[in-house]
Amino acid sequence: MLLKVNNLVKSFGGIRAVRDVTIGISEGSISSIIGPNGAGKTTFFNLLTGIYKPDQGSIDFNGRSLIGLRPDQVNKAGIARTFQSIRLFGNMTVLENIMVGTHSRLHISLPHTLLRTRRFKEQERLVQEKASMLLKFAGLSGKGDELSKNLPYGDQRRIEIARALASDPKLILLDEPTAGMNPQESAEAMSLFRKIRDELGITVVLIEHDMRVVMGISEHIDVLDYGQKIAEGTPEEIRANPRVVEAYLGRRAMGGGANNDSAA
Amino acid sequence: MATVSAMTPAKTGFREILSRPAVGLAVAILYVVVAVLFVFMLDRRSLWYPLASLVIAPIFLLSPLVVASLSMPRIARIVLLVVMFAVVMPVVGISNPPYLELAVQISIFAGLALGLNIVVGFAGLLDLGYVAFFAVGAYLWGMATSPSETIFTENAWTVSYWASNPDLSPLAAGFVAFVQSGAFFFVMFIGIAAAGLVGVLLGLPVLRLRGDYLAIVTLGFGEVIRIFARNLDSPINFTNGAQGLRNIAAPPLPGFYISFTESIASVLGLRVDNPAVLAKQLLFYTIGLVLLFVIILVCFRLKDSVIGRAWTAIREDEIAAIAMGVPLVRMKLLAFASGAAFAGAIGVLYAAKQTFIDPQSFILLQSITILAMVIVGGMGNVKGVVLGAMIITLVELHTLPNLSLQLNALRNAGQLNIPTQLDPAKYQPLVFGFVLVLMMLFRPAGLLPEKSRRLELMERNEDDELPKEEPISDAVLVDGSVPQE
Repeated sequence: MLLKVNNLVKSFGGIRAVRDVTIGISEGSISSIIGPNGAGKTTFFNLLTGIYKPDQGSIDFNGRSLIGLRPDQVNKAGIARTFQSIRLFGNMTVLENIMVGTHSRLHISLPHTLLRTRRFKEQERLVQEKASMLLKFAGLSGKGDELSKNLPYGDQRRIEIARALASDPKLILLDEPTAGMNPQESAEAMSLFRKIRDELGITVVLIEHDMRVVMGISEHIDVLDYGQKIAEGTPEEIRANPRVVEAYLGRRAMGGGANNDSAA
Repeated sequence: MATVSAMTPAKTGFREILSRPAVGLAVAILYVVVAVLFVFMLDRRSLWYPLASLVIAPIFLLSPLVVASLSMPRIARIVLLVVMFAVVMPVVGISNPPYLELAVQISIFAGLALGLNIVVGFAGLLDLGYVAFFAVGAYLWGMATSPSETIFTENAWTVSYWASNPDLSPLAAGFVAFVQSGAFFFVMFIGIAAAGLVGVLLGLPVLRLRGDYLAIVTLGFGEVIRIFARNLDSPINFTNGAQGLRNIAAPPLPGFYISFTESIASVLGLRVDNPAVLAKQLLFYTIGLVLLFVIILVCFRLKDSVIGRAWTAIREDEIAAIAMGVPLVRMKLLAFASGAAFAGAIGVLYAAKQTFIDPQSFILLQSITILAMVIVGGMGNVKGVVLGAMIITLVELHTLPNLSLQLNALRNAGQLNIPTQLDPAKYQPLVFGFVLVLMMLFRPAGLLPEKSRRLELMERNEDDELPKEEPISDAVLVDGSVPQE
């Protein structure tokens, strides 16, 4: 297990957003966390990445506890993420956005920066190269010098992913990465997620609402409802799980699922 | 170049011609020559001198910025700038000392504004107490050299005391002379370190705050430092309280400054009563210029580096920045400390130049004025901030006083009868307020906006009718293929 979360609890005032959630993510997998709106999925991501502090429970990543780490330390430990509502650095260019993503892997020294030493220049060159490489990887070639806020929505999602990849993570958390995309864009996004795992060897976890994406790409699915985990398993198991169906999926998705049997 | 076009709205054809290096160089040289001719044509005995000077001083003092903005070969630019700073400005300054004074003041305030620009423009942290760091540097040099009755003077800890002590052995005297000659620059380094440290100390507790809250706390901090300066005269007199520190020493004047001043004066056929005073101004000009040069260099290097990108990221979106591995507290502290360090160094220079400082030199209005320089010039853009500092310093120290002088002169000549209550210099806050309102209405990003902001504004104008972003999060809930039962 690359990531092992045990009995995680988080309350906001009287609302228990995450109750006793235990989830394991195995290395090299693509998995999804699904659940109705307000089920605690994004809160769960925020707990993993240190934006919220859990009330109870443990998070072990790659053999080390993440409890008490700040978000930047979690990033350095090897977990990168994207956001549900896109959070780009709007007034920076696409390339600069990706370059910021490398921050935790860089040697940052005021004297080297002020004196423009060879070491500093070499590092800047490597950062540039890496950002250009990721630009291409994410399918954004030729858009590096545009302000990120001026690009269309689908491209902004890609920038966020490229920026997250720039920190050389072991695990990438994608929070509704295909939200608002049309079917064709979703299909392209799915092939990008596969590429992340297959070519870069990075474990992928998605929060997704789009069942075509979830069933099409996930090897493992965890289902949250009202902050609790109600089911886990392969897409087939989840689809057949009466609790999930009852709590969440509903008739339309059951019907739609039949078209995606080839997945997983 | 874009910067020039930003100042002078012109047709594209004109811009294109101007962007050719040869044309740019020719225009720059022409500009400088004409500006210098104007300055030498000024007749100080003329009735209309204040008005003429009011127009010509900005034209002349802006010339380095014009040279820096026009497109020309790099070597030509460097040579031209060096000639202007090392020859033209001193010569003009010796023939017209108020202009030298203006140049010194501009370099001081441009340095301060650039320091604040790191905090406000680069990292997006609104700091309304910036003058506190300036005060730290100024008081440091003031306490080290003022003969005012502070504890330092009583215990003979000041640099000036040693100099006036006749009972020193030759060896000790030699040591003292050595310490004295380097003391100014040594204290300047201490000022940098001390102000940087104070920046960190202030930053640690307040950096959890954002936006308005941070502004209020820093405002309070600025006042705390000022009131410390006012009240630290008892029980132990550190700062001499509201009376301030007087007769603060200048750095030792190298001999060739005086001979240089004298020879230039004789070449120009001027009679200089006290060459040492002018030479001292020249020394401050040199130090101010070197400091400003270093600060500009540091600004550019910081901005175009991992650190600068991290600051911009913080300014744009703190949550995203920290999630991408940018350590918020450390990077914010670094911004605070760098900005503060600049102010500390300049404070030392300021105290030496003014020879007198008191708590009133470091009031909130100073912080606001420096902030106004950053905003008027263009937050985040180094050249813009320097322009903003020039404009505001000129308006404050030259334009308005000269208007007053002109009215006075006309009144004395009996040509005009305006009551003294309408003295323009008294309307400085009104003018500033008016300028700021106009700026916010017509050029919210400043006179020379940062590149990305300029891009942003341009594109917004062009694509006003094209909605670029698709509806985001709310639509997802409706659109998502999983309706809630």
